[in-house]
Amino acid sequence: MEKTVNHKAWFLVLPVLVLVAFSAVIPLMTVVNYSVQDTFGNNVFFWTGLEWFEQMLKSDRMWNALGRQLVFSAIILAIEVPLGIFVALNMPKRGFWASVCLVLMSLPLLIPWNVVGTIWQIFARVDIGLLGYTLRALGVNYNYTQDFFAAWTTVIVMDVWHWTSLVALLAYAGLQSIPDAYYQAAKIDQASRWAVFRYIELPKMAGVLMIAILLRFMDSFMIYTEPFVVTGGGPGNATTFLSIDLVKMALGQFDLGPAAAFSIMYFLVILVISYVFYTVMTNLDKRDGVA
Amino acid sequence: MAQITLKNIAHSYMDAPSEEADYALKEVDHVWRDGEAYALLGPSGCGKTTLLNIVSGLLRPSHGRVLFGGEDVTDMPTAERNIAQVFQFPVVYDTMTVRENLAFPLKNRGIEAQTITERVQRVAAMIGMEDELNRKARGLTADAKQKISLGRGMVRDDVNALLFDEPLTVIDPHMKWELRTQLKRLHGQFGHTMIYVTHDQTEALTFADHVVVMHDGRVVQIGTPEELFERPAHTFVGYFIGSPGMNLLPAEVRGDRAVIDGHEVMLGSGYDDLSGKVEIGIRPEFVRLTDEGGLPATIKRVEDVGRHRLVRAEVLGRPVNVIADEGGPLPSENAQVAFDPARINVYANDWRVEGRAA
Repeated sequence: MEKTVNHKAWFLVLPVLVLVAFSAVIPLMTVVNYSVQDTFGNNVFFWTGLEWFEQMLKSDRMWNALGRQLVFSAIILAIEVPLGIFVALNMPKRGFWASVCLVLMSLPLLIPWNVVGTIWQIFARVDIGLLGYTLRALGVNYNYTQDFFAAWTTVIVMDVWHWTSLVALLAYAGLQSIPDAYYQAAKIDQASRWAVFRYIELPKMAGVLMIAILLRFMDSFMIYTEPFVVTGGGPGNATTFLSIDLVKMALGQFDLGPAAAFSIMYFLVILVISYVFYTVMTNLDKRDGVA
Repeated sequence: MAQITLKNIAHSYMDAPSEEADYALKEVDHVWRDGEAYALLGPSGCGKTTLLNIVSGLLRPSHGRVLFGGEDVTDMPTAERNIAQVFQFPVVYDTMTVRENLAFPLKNRGIEAQTITERVQRVAAMIGMEDELNRKARGLTADAKQKISLGRGMVRDDVNALLFDEPLTVIDPHMKWELRTQLKRLHGQFGHTMIYVTHDQTEALTFADHVVVMHDGRVVQIGTPEELFERPAHTFVGYFIGSPGMNLLPAEVRGDRAVIDGHEVMLGSGYDDLSGKVEIGIRPEFVRLTDEGGLPATIKRVEDVGRHRLVRAEVLGRPVNVIADEGGPLPSENAQVAFDPARINVYANDWRVEGRAA
């Protein structure tokens, strides 16, 4: 059969192209524009080429922030994914309590980021916060404004509190899609609880877990509001993650050129990691098919 | 292997069943004899899966006891009952190879590797999957997966029974036939007790030695395919088995005659006076179209199904189906239908009444 040639079809794509241009391409190009030029105000720009990029790549500051960022994302993934699965496995499958659990689990997800930050900022304060005060009273040396370890713990616990629900809900959805016959067959085969998890539940959850990990990775890699509200990136630079550092550079110091170069590299890192991650996961999936 | 006895089993999915209608499965008393192939036949929702799950232990009956051999297993969990079950939708462990799937039930029971290898090889040969042993189970066709499910059941050679819960529902028609034949052959070879749940009469009649017909939570008849066809114990069996089902006509029965709206029909044997709702039943196979000596009929439609013709007629305001030979002329006007007296069954309140010996 011959294909119908109809160039009018392009007009149908036009609205989307315009929308994407204004929402993504043009803002991105503005950043690109800043990253290759320098200015002293008055809208006068000088071409600098890749100078800002070189400067950023040589700066310890960015590498340190990137390192902290990677450690942070790794830690929260390592906690939230297993914990989310564990929670999902223990949620009731149907009935009244299933609905109650679902509502309770979704609550943290509905709270705005800076509110979460504020909650924890106050909750963890050693003078008036319930958590901070209690810990201090119990003799634990806890002060997130001064102690590196306490600051990290607070930020991580806050993120786990805020986002484990997401992993749990996705895993729960995966579990709900498993027909009863699988569990019955496993009983008949005398499979242990671990075997049921390993050979039935985990494979059936793999798809949604991949989405959960990807979402949590991207989100945590871009985290800004919560640590900004709680620790402001401190003590020192202890919790200065990439976004916080970027904002400091762009708005605090008004170094637009380096900040723009930083942004672009930041974006590329997320893109590359997500792409690699996605490809690896889907390939694992395919390889299982014909081994 | 063992004989399975159901003693006054009944089950309700409600917490506090009060009346009979609350029971998904009404009282059943039945013995599944060792080494025989049974089919549980009935429409969806008649309680056959409930009954099966009680045997396998996935469900604990509200009343009654389940015995394997002489042992009471009512409270014994599924895993300890040593039964195998094949479900409607193929259950395989996706991430395992076919070999690992087949070995799984043995591994879980801590059987030594040498024995496992031997048995897996033997079962793979039985189900015809020797060449695919090292493939991942994911991505196999539905019928291959169903064979694996079956294989996982057969790999334990001491299973008390093999249970099938509508196992061929998702299988292509031509594969259905092949799998059913294979099952029957395996049964002949190894003599496992098999219970096969289905709503497809062809499947039930070709697979089983004994067919248990269920209707509305009750066992209405247990018999060989022949018995079900010739002497349905309940009008439901007459209607459900056969294609099309049995014709039923309300009648008065006097001795060896039935009277339908003033027309007399000869019966094969004599009957005592019957009360309640009395009907006579005759299979379309034993109804003839004739020019005289029968009941007046109007032919509504003729369906040619290849091997024979199916005549949809109306007799005294009731639909009657007739199976007529290919080719022969059909009476156009004043058509009449005649019944083979020996093949007429008499029903009182839906249950078959045995005639007096002639």
